[in-house]
Parts: sequence; C-alpha cells; structure tokens
Amino acid sequence: MAKTPARLNSHALKRHETVVAYLFMLPALFFFAAFVILPMVMGVVTSLFNYTMKNPVSAETFIGLKNYIDLFQDKTFLRAMLNTLILVVVTVPAVTLFSLWVSSAIYQMKEGVRSFFRCVFYLPVVTGTVAVVVVWKWMFDGYSGILNYVLSALGLIDKNIMWLGDTRFAIWCIILIMFTTYVGQPIVLYVAALGNVDQSLVEAAQVDGATDLQVFWKIKWPQVMPTTLYIVVITTINTFQCFSLIQLLTSGGPEGTTNTVMYYLYTNAFSLYKYGYANSMGVVLAIIIAILSAIQFKVMSKDVSY
Amino acid sequence: MKKNKITPYKVISVIILCVVAFTFVFPFYWIITGAFKSQSVAIALPPEWFPTEPTLANFERLFKNPALQWMLNTVLMALGSMLLVCGTASLCGYALAKKRFYGQSIVFGLIICAMALPKQVVLVPLVRMMANLRLRWLYYAIGVVAVIALVMIVVTAVKNSYNWLPAEARRDWKVKDYLFHLLVAAIAVLAVVYLVVLFMPGGLIVKTKENTPMTDTLWAVILPTVGWPFGVFLMKQFSETIPNEILEAARIDGAGELNTFLTVVCPIIKPGFGALAIFTFINTWNDYFLQLIMLQSRANLTISLGIATLQAEFATNYGLMMAGAALGAVPIVAIFLIFQKFFTQGITMGAVKG
Repeated sequence: MAKTPARLNSHALKRHETVVAYLFMLPALFFFAAFVILPMVMGVVTSLFNYTMKNPVSAETFIGLKNYIDLFQDKTFLRAMLNTLILVVVTVPAVTLFSLWVSSAIYQMKEGVRSFFRCVFYLPVVTGTVAVVVVWKWMFDGYSGILNYVLSALGLIDKNIMWLGDTRFAIWCIILIMFTTYVGQPIVLYVAALGNVDQSLVEAAQVDGATDLQVFWKIKWPQVMPTTLYIVVITTINTFQCFSLIQLLTSGGPEGTTNTVMYYLYTNAFSLYKYGYANSMGVVLAIIIAILSAIQFKVMSKDVSY
Repeated sequence: MKKNKITPYKVISVIILCVVAFTFVFPFYWIITGAFKSQSVAIALPPEWFPTEPTLANFERLFKNPALQWMLNTVLMALGSMLLVCGTASLCGYALAKKRFYGQSIVFGLIICAMALPKQVVLVPLVRMMANLRLRWLYYAIGVVAVIALVMIVVTAVKNSYNWLPAEARRDWKVKDYLFHLLVAAIAVLAVVYLVVLFMPGGLIVKTKENTPMTDTLWAVILPTVGWPFGVFLMKQFSETIPNEILEAARIDGAGELNTFLTVVCPIIKPGFGALAIFTFINTWNDYFLQLIMLQSRANLTISLGIATLQAEFATNYGLMMAGAALGAVPIVAIFLIFQKFFTQGITMGAVKG
C-alpha cells in the first residue's frame, strides 16, 4: 500500500479528497437527485402546463402562469388556505407553550420519571395517525361516542352532537387531535435544551434572590430561544402539511370547513387528475414554507452564539 | 445541585401532568383492549373499561383480509428503507463532515434547503415518475451494483491473502498463479450466479413483465425515503465528533479510505447508526401519505393503509378496526420503547445545531 507522502501540496491533496468524497457521497447523492431534486424541478415545470385526464401527456399544453391565476380565484382553494392558516395560528402557539410547560415541569425530575413522561407524550406519534384516529373517531362518534355520553351525563348537552359533521366543531376536533400528535418532538427538544441551560447563571440568580419566574424569563427563556424558533418552524411546516387526519376523519367536510391545502392538493392530483393545477398548489405551499424557514435560519444564526 | 422544595405549584403541576399524560396514553390503551371486544361491546355505553368477555373474532376476521401480508409488507418496507438510509447516509455524512473537497458548500447547502422544504410537495411528480420507471430496470441496477460490490470483496480478499503469505511464498510464482486463477474463477462464478438469478425460469427478470411500473410496489415507497436528506444531515452531525487525530493515524498506518471508514469511523458513529435506524424505521412505518399515493392493490398495502381501507369498508365495526390498529401500533411502540434512548438522541442531534 502506498502511503500518502507527508508533504503533499494542498491542492493535490484537496483534489484527491474531492474524488474520494464524491465516491463516498455517490449513493446518497444519486437518490437525492433522482427522488428529491428531479421531482421538485418536474413539479415546478408541470405547474405551468394544463394536464388533465382528457389531456394525456402527449397533449399537455403550456399555459404559463394560468394555473396560478386560477388558483387565487378558486374559492375552494382560498377557503382551504384560510383553514390551514387557522390550524397554524391555533396549533403552533398551543404546541409550543404546552411543550415548554411540560418540559420545564419534568426536566429536573429523576431520569426514569423524565423519560417516562417523554415516552408518554411521544406515544401518539409512534402509534401512528391511522391507529390513533380509530380511537378519536369512536370518541367523537355522534351515536356511540363517549364524548356525547359524558357530556349528556353531566347535563351539559341535551341532544347528541355530530362532532365531525358539524361546521362549528369539526375543525376544533381536528386541532385537538393534531395537538396530541404534534407535542412529542417539541417536548424532547425542550427537555434537552433546558438541560443545557447554564446552571451557574441560574444559581447566581437564585443567590441574588430572584424568584423562579424571574429565573425562567431572564435566564432560561433567552437560552432556549433557538430551540423555540426551531420548534415554531417545524410545527408550522407540519401543520401546513396536515393531511392524513383530514383524509381519515372528515374528507374536508362538512361544507369545506376542514379542507386544507394539502388535502385539496391531494384531491386535485389523485381524484381529479389535475396534475398541473395540483403542482401549482404545491409550489405555492413550498414558497410559503421556504419563506418561513428562511426567516428561522436567519434569526437562529444570529441568536445561536452565547 | 437541585433544590427539591415541594411547593404548591409543583404539586399542582404534577397533578395536571398526570391527568394530561393519561389522555395521551388512553388511545393506545383503548386500541389494545378494544381489539378483544366484539362489535356490540366496543360501542356499548357506558363503555366497558376492560373486556370482560375477550374474543379473538376480530383477529380471525382481520387475517381473512390479508392482514399478515400487510404486516409483512410494512416490515419489509421499513427494514429496506432503514438499511439503505443507514448505508448511504453514513457514507455521505462522513464525507461531508471530514473531507475538504470542491463543491462542499454547494452540496451541503442543497441538502439544507431540501430539508427545509415540505416533503409532500415533491410527491405528486414523484408518483408520475414512478409510473414511468420500470421495475425491471431496478433489478438490472441492483444486479450491477451487487456484482461490483462482490468483485471488490473478492479482489480485496485475494489481495489480503497474498499479503499475509510469508515472504518466501510471495516470491513463488506458482502461488501467485494459483491466487490469480482463484480470483478469475470467483468472479466468473459470481457472474454466472447473477445471470441465473435474473434470467432462469421464474427468475426476477422473467417474472417481471416488460412494462411493470414501479408504482404499487414497495420500492416506490422505499426509494423516495432513501432520497430524503435528513439522514445525511444527522450522520454529518455525528461524524463531526470523530477526532481528526484518529483519522490521521489510520492514514499514516496506510489504511485505505474504505477501510478507514469501516474499521475506524463506523465504530465511533455507532450511536448515530442507532438513532438513524430507529428514526427511519418508525417514520417509514407511519408515513401514511407516501404509502397512500404509491400503493393500490390489496395485496400490496401496508398495515396503516390496510386499516384505513377497513375503516372505509366497515365504518362502524370499532372492534375490528381496533384490532387492526393494535396490529399496526403494538410492534412499532414496542420497538420505540426498547430503543427510545437512541431515538431521543436522534431528534436532538438532528435539530438543535440546525
């Protein structure tokens, strides 16, 4: 085996390393290019075409930005966007605050207790949406559901409510279930972040007579700020992509009150076969999320040094 | 140095915590007990908190639908993705973390950008792509990669056995000839085996019709999962922890690049493999959307899709649905509980330094 000479000039070394590095990365980059980058490009291109079942691939016509113009005049799409925004506005703060509260309550407990609670809150994520939905569907069931039973036993309602079929309640049911399946990851992250808080600062503050609340706001909160931002953004991204709950529980109904962008995209692509139109929706969604992610990365890189 | 004063606030928060925790555990408990209830008991009000007359009828009915086949599909899909992701991502993450090469910032930037974008947006074009790809091509590709890998292994083995020979034997031309013949023979055998596997009656290629598309096969779910760059990012984070001195020492000892990776790098990033493996396994198992758009025929469904299909068919038979849900959830929850340390590590490593 030839040993690499100790004094190789740095360019030759880097050239050698370049070859080796790309050989190492070849498998991953192949899959990445073929199944992420290529479809992304195809998605943007197809969004400029009119493609329907009646118009097979060969008859695909270029229509420029018409899909996008149609999109912003499509009342169903705008309604779906509004619903998605409602989901984001309610879910993101709720998930962030709740997970912060749970984490600060458990992060100083004994290791066993802490990981017990962490597992408990992660359980709905691992169980899987489809399995969890079966139970929630039963709870919200208008005739044999436990929610109506309990509420009427307590005398709060006098006739059964069709929770998932009522325009007033359906979206709140979705939000509740979404909440339980979204808090797992933020709690894990917050527990780790709070564990990394500089303990000497906390003790110094306590010696100076700071209350727990002051310690939290003045010392811990700024130090977990990067984590908070990360959590806000991933929860926002996940909420924008909310699909399976809708598909399994309400199919966008009643009267479109739980239709989300992702579900509308799905129906357009796979029930109506309007691929071009569906892709233009995907592009709009991607742009919104890209902007949010860019904001996060910018703020985070500013904040991360302490 | 923790202060363990018991304040009223702490007591109240623990009580609330327990109540909330109960509501999080409840669905899982209800799935398991519900699986053993008959249809009438499952919807009885007031609910029966524990099945007094447990029945296996739900499972019997479930197995008449091909629930076992669905389980097998799900396990194959999750295992396949897991192995491919771990293999490709560890190689790539190590190179990104420890090599200095041209185009490094571009490659890394692309990976970060792709991670920040919603995964589901690429899926519509992906379905059309999979419909245009032929299953046959994949088998050829696997065959070629396998042969290359095997040839490399054989060559290395023969080379090593030559190096291990005593000096006088190395000078002996007969031994060299013998080793060379061994090498050629081994490669020939491998090539024949490859051809036989592909083309024999009932072989992969013969069985696969000319135009069978990749959609509606497990590959259509596995390949996009492998393409997703989260694993690369995670393995890069773990590879950063490898001390440069160790790599330097390996190089000075004359270890080749691949050898260094296998014998030096891999043992150090073992926790990374654990985290990534368990993460990929659980996420693939539960990736309902990808499975939904890719798989159609009843024999090819996964367990999640199977339950969803049953939900559409037997809308009010909660007992049956709970049994299906239990079948899908119990294995994955068990795996999660066993490996949860790795899992938590994966989540934190994949995020905080983002």
